[in-house]
Amino acid sequence: MAALRLLPRLLPVSRPRLVRPRSAGAPGSVPERIAEKRRAALLGGGQARLDAQHKRGKLTARERILLLLDPGSFVEYDMFVEHRCADFGMESDQNKYPGDSVVTGQGRINGRLAYVFSQDFTVFGGSLSGAHAQKICKIMDQAVMVGAPVIGLNDSGGARIQEGVESLAGYADIFLRNVLCSGVVPQISLIMGPCAGGAVYSPALTDFTFMVKDTSYLFITGPDVVKSVTNEDVTQEQLGGAKTHTAVSGVAHRAFENDVDALLNLREFFNYLPLSNRDPAPVRKCHDPSNRLVPELDTVVPMESTKAYDMVDIVHSIVDEREFFEIMPSYARNIIVGFARMNGRTVGILGNQPKVASGCLDINSSVKGARFVRFCDAFNIPLITFVDVPGFLPGTAQEYGGIIRHGAKLLFAFAEATVPKITIITRKAYGGAYDVMSSKHLRGDVNYAWPTAEVAVMGAKGAVRIIFRGKETDAEAEYVNKFANPFPAAVRGFVDDIIEPSTTRIRICRDLEVLASKTQSNPWKKHANIPL
Amino acid sequence: TLRVLAHTEKESSNFHQRFFLCKPIMNSCLRMFNFKPSLSPQASEGVTFIGPDTHAIQAMGDKIESKLLAKNAKVNTIPGFDGVVKDADEAVRIAREIGYPVMIKASAGGGGKGMRIAWDDEETREGFRFSSQEAASSFGDDRLLIEKFIDNPRHIEIQVLADKHDNALWLNERECSIQRRNQKVVEEAPSTFLDPDTRRAMGEQAVALAKAVKYSSAGTVEFLVDSKKNFYFLEMNTRLQVEHPITECITGLDLVQEMIRVAKGYPLRHKQADIPINGWAVECRVYAEDPYKSFGLPSIGRLSQYQEPLHVSNVRVDSGIQEGSDISIYYDPMISKLITYGSDRAEALQRMEEALDNYVIRGVTHNIALLREVIIHPRFVQGNISTKFLPDVYPDGFKGHKLTDLEKRELLAIATSLYVSCLVSQQVEVDGMKLNVTNEWNLASPLSSVTIDGTHRTIQCLSRDAAGNISIQFLGTVYKLRILTKLAAELSKYMPEKAVEDTTSILRSPMPGAVVAVSVKPGDLVSEGQEICVIEAMKMQNSLIAAKSGKVKAVHCKAGETVGEGDLLVELE
Repeated sequence: MAALRLLPRLLPVSRPRLVRPRSAGAPGSVPERIAEKRRAALLGGGQARLDAQHKRGKLTARERILLLLDPGSFVEYDMFVEHRCADFGMESDQNKYPGDSVVTGQGRINGRLAYVFSQDFTVFGGSLSGAHAQKICKIMDQAVMVGAPVIGLNDSGGARIQEGVESLAGYADIFLRNVLCSGVVPQISLIMGPCAGGAVYSPALTDFTFMVKDTSYLFITGPDVVKSVTNEDVTQEQLGGAKTHTAVSGVAHRAFENDVDALLNLREFFNYLPLSNRDPAPVRKCHDPSNRLVPELDTVVPMESTKAYDMVDIVHSIVDEREFFEIMPSYARNIIVGFARMNGRTVGILGNQPKVASGCLDINSSVKGARFVRFCDAFNIPLITFVDVPGFLPGTAQEYGGIIRHGAKLLFAFAEATVPKITIITRKAYGGAYDVMSSKHLRGDVNYAWPTAEVAVMGAKGAVRIIFRGKETDAEAEYVNKFANPFPAAVRGFVDDIIEPSTTRIRICRDLEVLASKTQSNPWKKHANIPL
Repeated sequence: TLRVLAHTEKESSNFHQRFFLCKPIMNSCLRMFNFKPSLSPQASEGVTFIGPDTHAIQAMGDKIESKLLAKNAKVNTIPGFDGVVKDADEAVRIAREIGYPVMIKASAGGGGKGMRIAWDDEETREGFRFSSQEAASSFGDDRLLIEKFIDNPRHIEIQVLADKHDNALWLNERECSIQRRNQKVVEEAPSTFLDPDTRRAMGEQAVALAKAVKYSSAGTVEFLVDSKKNFYFLEMNTRLQVEHPITECITGLDLVQEMIRVAKGYPLRHKQADIPINGWAVECRVYAEDPYKSFGLPSIGRLSQYQEPLHVSNVRVDSGIQEGSDISIYYDPMISKLITYGSDRAEALQRMEEALDNYVIRGVTHNIALLREVIIHPRFVQGNISTKFLPDVYPDGFKGHKLTDLEKRELLAIATSLYVSCLVSQQVEVDGMKLNVTNEWNLASPLSSVTIDGTHRTIQCLSRDAAGNISIQFLGTVYKLRILTKLAAELSKYMPEKAVEDTTSILRSPMPGAVVAVSVKPGDLVSEGQEICVIEAMKMQNSLIAAKSGKVKAVHCKAGETVGEGDLLVELE
């Protein structure tokens, strides 16, 4: 019922009076057929299936678009497209749905342009036909041309099996565009229902994948196939639910309570993003003075260097209005990444999290950090890095897992990034991890140390054991005195200044202003070869 | 040089607290500073002790001795027994002699610490067990005090000031009846209850007691006052008390300065006739605790934002913390003392309301909602209070401010205006009623002043998110609201309800603290109300009970462990 009531707002371009009056209303006439098709398109798979969608706790494809975009801003494309399958009875009229199983178009989010597709589960379970893929490709092509993000709302049972290879071709067409769009316009996937089989690779290729808790799933093969192949008993939720992908696999970047929450959060998230790689990060009116002192920071790092603190506290107190949109908050929690604003402009924040695994770098945190850095670099978003890292995590699990090549990703990402890079060492910066965390040596533009900073190859105890192997010595105090402070790095110019923590916000805001005109480029290449 | 041997009852410092609560520690402190406990602690090694001499501290620090001294000084005392109680049976015998209800506490315990009330034999046994345990563990002193419990009393105390030349003054009273678990929450001076004759009678007895122990420096004589204005000596606190600022406000005396003068040996500068009552002063104890649990269970955390309401006039804030400070489980959870004053009580209370609204505390749970409700409650405003005020007024526990229809609309209007975050005045329609909210919203500021149809409100926005969830502190209480556009609200009806955890079969720690004892093991059958474990926090032992009968499935804690708020302790099947 709701869908029907909302019709008038959906149709800014399809009012009947736009049609020449001479033929209006005549049964079987073109205007009548146009109106009929439009009515049918708006009903998707029919009222019964729309109701079933609601019963599952999900919104319909069109309701989702309405909620995501500014009121009245949606412009729909390809409402008349139908599938072309002529097998298995699909050619009959009752199996044709105008628009097929996806709604596509463009609209505005807080006034800024976005292209959207929303898969319609009520039409053949949202399955992907050739026509469905073609509709998606059309908006992706246009999005790249005009320079605007693509948002996919995924709710699809998979390939349109009746179409066979045509459906597979459709997937590949989309994948190719996902890849070509990558780094040109931001691509966001919001998984709002099933997304299985080959279909999962489209979200996987996009920049951000969000999920809805309890009603969305992502997997290569469902529980039934898993059971028959590996004899594993697993539920959909365990195999590919929001919890699995946000906390265990790292496939999804964040999960939200329900459709409404997810779409409202997506609107908020969109505000942080530039429209394309030609667009600077957006600036929002800022109520937070850029010269605000943060006295709290002078005491945030505990006296005992073994005691943990919450890096998120530091981020909140420094950024505009305490707003921090964290990405992957439940995965590899020893590193935090996310978006915030400084003096109104979007920045990407990274930080080691001393509260979790001492903030060490391991395989998962390196990959999480690296992908975030590359997104920011691709879209002109300055990077602010908070460093408190005791090193890379040792052990067979990490070595066998390939910490060397995964750790190298983060190193690679920071080194190749040419956006403004500001680094603050809050406490430990030990070993190779010091180099990796946006150090001066990797073209950090401004590198600061707090008075609590310690830049050294390793902790004093281990260092002394190696330097004076086998000998009794009290050199630990000497090592502490020499290295457990910011001076060794500062005298060499590896940090630009030792700053009072309370002034950190002021410093960053000022530096970002200066660095706004930064230009830096890497040597010409077809593309770099990041250690994947 | 060590200038002042700090003598304020600064509850953020364990050292100071213990200093005055625990005699053995006190003695060691005196030794630490080279004082001989038996001698007057004067000017040894260039250090002067600010406070009464050790004799007075020892005499008054012991509840039993102090009562004897009080009796001898002709101070009204409560019938009771004091000394070592052999066992529970003896405790019951004594309690019957005195007549129920009786109060049981450790002799050496200060304030309400370790105090329990028994209405029958069984409760006496339980009280005996708890109090003697606590007496032994906290104070290293087994003696107990059992005395007549005055039902529905008011707690009114007299500030005294004495010098070393046998002069002593009474500086009027403070009423500290608003208490939770026998610890003070709201204090005021003067009391609405005393008439000049009672005040003088109490003052004179207090001075008589001070003189009897050759007291010098500032001290407080605490009385219980019953509904007929009979008053009974409770104890004497040989220190500057938390609530001393309200006495300073109404008398104009700087008590700390007077204490330093007295310590130096100067005679008092004032005569009894010089001591005025000017206006009215109120003090609220701002605690890091959750008032929705037993009127305040300790909470811990880091003060991520902290702003005292010093921009409000006639406000004094005494605190020892700042933005970034940690509130830990190891000390008393007091954040600050918030004092307001005015020419009369109404003005002082009005200021207090404003000050509480303007107080920004983030990072820990605090009791501002409770404080604000108390000071605007009609019974409090009329002065109709007793130490039972909180349980009487909130028999089912404190639930926060109850919004009137208009307040509810105001709140919704404010939240909506905030949601829209417009920078200009805007009109909001709530249930068909149009309300004009005027504010230049500053989304970075923790405090916002708004004018809503001419009414001035100070609100604090604690959090807001993209999904329209907003929590706002309004009239002291934090309200969680959700603001949605019409469309989003319409579509929300399709969203599934998420299952809520069944909390009757799990026991979570209601506060951060240390596990003292676990009384069950997996497989045990427990009945509803049975003690499952005991958590100690801020020197209070809290017995946690089973919410239903059942079999213990798993025990996730053991004695000696430190647990955080919400930590899973025990699971029932």
